[in-house]
Amino acid sequence: MSSVIVNNIIKTYSAEKKSVVNALNKISFEVDKGELFGVIGPDGAGKTSLFRIMTTLLIADSGTASVEGFDTVKDYKEIRKQIGYMPGKFSLYQDLSVEENLEFFATIFNTSIKENYDLIKDIYGQIEPFKKRRAGKLSGGMKQKLALCCALIHRPTVLFLDEPTTGVDAVSRKEFWEMLKQLKKQGITILVSTPYMDEASLCDRVALLQNGSVLSIDTPEKITKQFAKQLIAVKTENMYELLQSLRECTEVENVYPFGEYHHVVLKSNRTINEVQQYVSAHGFKDAELKPATANIEDCFIELMRNQ
Amino acid sequence: MKQFFIFVKKEFFHIWRDRRTLLILFGMPIVQVMIFGFALTNEVKNSKIGILDLSKDEATATLSQRISASQYFDLVENLKSSSDIDASFRKGDTKMVIVFPEHFRESLLHSNSVQIQLIADASDPNTATTLINYASAIINDYQDELMGETKLPYTITTQTRMLYNPQQKGAYNFVPGVMAMILMLVCTMMTSIAIVKEKETGTMEVLLVSPLKPIMVILAKAVPYLLLSIINIISILLLSVYVLDVPIAGSLALLMFTSILFIITSLSLGLLISSFTASQQTAMLISLMGLFMPTLLFSGFMFPIENMPLPLQVISNIVPAKWYYYIVKSVMIKGLGIEAIWHEVLILTGMTVFLLTVSIKKYNVRLA
Repeated sequence: MSSVIVNNIIKTYSAEKKSVVNALNKISFEVDKGELFGVIGPDGAGKTSLFRIMTTLLIADSGTASVEGFDTVKDYKEIRKQIGYMPGKFSLYQDLSVEENLEFFATIFNTSIKENYDLIKDIYGQIEPFKKRRAGKLSGGMKQKLALCCALIHRPTVLFLDEPTTGVDAVSRKEFWEMLKQLKKQGITILVSTPYMDEASLCDRVALLQNGSVLSIDTPEKITKQFAKQLIAVKTENMYELLQSLRECTEVENVYPFGEYHHVVLKSNRTINEVQQYVSAHGFKDAELKPATANIEDCFIELMRNQ
Repeated sequence: MKQFFIFVKKEFFHIWRDRRTLLILFGMPIVQVMIFGFALTNEVKNSKIGILDLSKDEATATLSQRISASQYFDLVENLKSSSDIDASFRKGDTKMVIVFPEHFRESLLHSNSVQIQLIADASDPNTATTLINYASAIINDYQDELMGETKLPYTITTQTRMLYNPQQKGAYNFVPGVMAMILMLVCTMMTSIAIVKEKETGTMEVLLVSPLKPIMVILAKAVPYLLLSIINIISILLLSVYVLDVPIAGSLALLMFTSILFIITSLSLGLLISSFTASQQTAMLISLMGLFMPTLLFSGFMFPIENMPLPLQVISNIVPAKWYYYIVKSVMIKGLGIEAIWHEVLILTGMTVFLLTVSIKKYNVRLA
């Protein structure tokens, strides 16, 4: 049973005279009940537009979307009773205290903090010591936790989180994903968008989004398995010159910086030894080469190239 | 209902915690009434004058004394000759010079006729006219006294009565004007900003994705400012009655009722502005330029509408403040009842219904 169904959504924005920006181009996917679904893509891929259409805030040019069986255009009132939404921008009242914010959102959703306290207990417990503090004075990570509490307080059936971890430190990000896993156990369908590729592996399934089009939708494992080519990681002293040099190499299909390494995608039937010889011949004697397994980012780059 | 109350409570928190805005909200009416009451006045008081007395007799001494004793004039210079007159004006302080000719008393008693020359600085024509009138009045008084019991065969005397404002105080005119201005500012500007602020900070997005009905959001935003404005009206009225001595001649209940009606008109206008603006600055500019200025110009408070060219008179009809200004003047100053203002009340009601309907219709249930 699908919780969210998106079918052939097209959304365009008209920028300056006549030029039209294609924000979403025939997007279709389904999210099962209780699934943790990730929408992964760089800035400008169309993530926020997509989330706004699903949360009834925007109307698509064409195509349909439904949440829990309700159409986002016709039955928007019904959807608004059921879903929880956390926009990308920190959108709580900065001049209200933590407690006041939570109470406000609980009440406008016709519930109370007490009623659903068990759902947010784990998360709210961490910020409860600061409940008298104004929301504007919280740290970024605590703000996100409070925003999540406010989005959860009415026990939504579907939770939409638009870039919840953007601008949050690595520790808080990790904690945040832990919380999402806990929430998933409560049976809440969660849709989360993120520009961070490493977070993809934490989702049940992901949709890779680029320039308004879906590159691939699958479980993170399957997506990485589809990476058919041989991948090696290269490291040396002078990384920039190495990158320049590898781009000239005929054995190499693609090369890009990847953390402290460069990832090199080999053309078919080429071997790591050939690359080894190439880099040694070009003066990178101490270069360290090793086979690497593709992760989501590698797949994303590969999919983008093939598009 | 619970949703509504928590929303109103939240709005009060916003207002209460923004101390500077709060200070402006409550300070502004008081400061404005005080400024208009004591500093910015078009009444002529203590104008500096000079006297050139060429006869120096009993009659000119009495007249000079009376003129300088009046609160309108302040005798600063006794001029020696007619050549001093020009120099005195050129110094800039002197507003008027009174010239008594030679042999003033003799001429008056023997030839029954004498002239006094009043020379006024007409670079400000209104002040000049007023000064001449005041001086003439004092001189006429003196003449009447001299005539005493002597009966002239034919006399026509004018008897003037300044109705509703016998002392011709400026406060009678500006208190209604300040009320219209403050309400327009507080209600229209503050509500439009309050709603647009939610759009700007992104909280509107969350509010939209909630079961809250649009009408609920709009009303909850308006209620706090309605209450604040009522407090402002009360403080203006208290100030005008106890500090400026402008009494409330008519029914207080009627005055409050019409004020609340005007507050609702202004609130609806603010809501309308907020529905088509996206930033607080735009909302503020539109409120200030688009509403504050017309209120000042077209309410009849600064400039009489009757003297405007016809097109401007027509435009003034769409300014709600014009009607409210008329109502307050009628009720507060003239002491008239509902029968005199029902026409204006009806127009304001019509405007309110129209603005409110449009702003609720225009309230966007989605983004953009």
